[in-house]
Amino acid sequence: MKALLIGEYREGKLLDNIYELVAFAGKLGADVSMVLVGDAANVPKVNGNLHLADVGKYGEYNPSAHRDLVVEAVQKENPDYIVFPHSSYGWDLAPRVAAKLKVAQVSEVVGLNDGNLEVGSCNAKMRRTVKPAAGKVVVTLQAGAFSYQGEQQGTPTISPLEVTGSADVEFIGYEPAEAKDVDLTKAEIIVSAGRGIGKKDNIPVIAALAKAFGGELGASRPVVDAGWVEHSHQVGTTGQTVSPKLYVACGISGAIQHLAGMKKSDFIVAINKDKDAPIGEVADVLIVADVLQFAPALTAKLQG
Amino acid sequence: MKILVCIKQVPDMESRFKVNSSGDWYSDADLAFRINEYDEYAVEQAVQLREQQGDSCELTVLSIGPDRVQEAIKKALAMGCDRGVHIQDNDVHKKDPWQIASIIAAYAKGKGYDLIFTGMQSQDRGSAQVGVTVAELLGHACATTLVGFEYADGAVKAKRELEGGVKGVVRLKIPALVTCQLGLNIPRYPTLPNIMKAKKKEIEAVPVASLLGEQPLSVTASFYPPAKKGGGIVLEGDVADLSDKLISILKEKTAVLR
Repeated sequence: MKALLIGEYREGKLLDNIYELVAFAGKLGADVSMVLVGDAANVPKVNGNLHLADVGKYGEYNPSAHRDLVVEAVQKENPDYIVFPHSSYGWDLAPRVAAKLKVAQVSEVVGLNDGNLEVGSCNAKMRRTVKPAAGKVVVTLQAGAFSYQGEQQGTPTISPLEVTGSADVEFIGYEPAEAKDVDLTKAEIIVSAGRGIGKKDNIPVIAALAKAFGGELGASRPVVDAGWVEHSHQVGTTGQTVSPKLYVACGISGAIQHLAGMKKSDFIVAINKDKDAPIGEVADVLIVADVLQFAPALTAKLQG
Repeated sequence: MKILVCIKQVPDMESRFKVNSSGDWYSDADLAFRINEYDEYAVEQAVQLREQQGDSCELTVLSIGPDRVQEAIKKALAMGCDRGVHIQDNDVHKKDPWQIASIIAAYAKGKGYDLIFTGMQSQDRGSAQVGVTVAELLGHACATTLVGFEYADGAVKAKRELEGGVKGVVRLKIPALVTCQLGLNIPRYPTLPNIMKAKKKEIEAVPVASLLGEQPLSVTASFYPPAKKGGGIVLEGDVADLSDKLISILKEKTAVLR
């Protein structure tokens, strides 16, 4: 069994998610080779062939060239699994590679189950196992689903990788994240509002609870997208990753992107009408109640 | 200019899901369906571009599925799409992303769409593959996960959402396909006059068999609720009692209330 792992390079750095791909290959018992559009000074500490394309020549985001580079490496290595992180890089690139090779892709894999690949479904409320057709398969791995331990120590065997062809998307540049007016990463207590609070007018109810706890107000993505709360309060993959002593999730169903941003909190309380909401998976205490009734009651007790 | 927007109809994610009799997807019974949330942003962006381009522009909305998906198509028509395409398929859940993309590409091929919009993923299956694969099959430039969109002079300037709030700015020439992320815009609510107008708009029915030429590359082996990890305490009851219980748990197990 062979796995070809695709590294991700962003703003001049190799991202650590390559080691999660190594952990997945370890679970498969697969021999590892790698592809990276990067530079030789900054390569994965992993044993195996590394097909290295020059980021100066191909750029960090250049989907048609990156697709062709990965396909070129696939032809050299003949792997069973072609493995990407399920990230803005991986989900953009993987389907292009799968289509070019005309092989199955299984997205956001969270585990292996009886030889099949296990993925989330219906906003993480359900699971699905997927059986790809015989032959090669492209997979993207959910961030954090395959964890690695300890310092990596290997040394790759580097060979240069090149393709010809022109880019069909022009990369203009990065735009930095908006300045934060609150730094949630330093907060000891965070009380976050989710879509379950119903409307913007109910934000003060959650803000009052945050104040009663002496904590900061956080929010899930839909609440920020709807303009109820500033982006600087957003917790999750595209917001801030937090690990306070206490995290109180109010009316948050628990989409994976939100869980990824808060599941390392020391103690998690979730308030939700839906007993089956995925937030219950990470909560130390799940209060099954209408948050608009419960939050004011709790605020009053804390103040009293 | 010709624009296509592809939408999927999905259940409300607040629903309680039951496994169907063949054990490979949810049972449709008792579920309320709506437009996939990501696709609502795609429709809104497509309608805004349609308005910018004026009456020389035609915007088509396409959906694959059983008869109920016409409700989703009608909503998109009421939001401002010009015409609908219903690809009739009662077994849509058995098709893999490769087949779905090949069906859409087979429909779109040769029709000269300058821009195709899709959501970045569906809420129920979440493969995030179909849009990109359609672009590959048609040979269109493609960018995913848009939180910013501008069109001028035959090119799209797009902002892609990356991790940690960083964005990547890219430019792609038409013909192009873009996949839309949450927060790209504020999807409009159809007004009553527009809902009435939408009733008169054409919905072309196309049997899926006329477009499907590909075998699946993957199949669903099983579908089930995740095992409860347990460990957490579940509390129900009167809110005042619940508050007291929670406070005593927090005093016992955390240092935050001491």
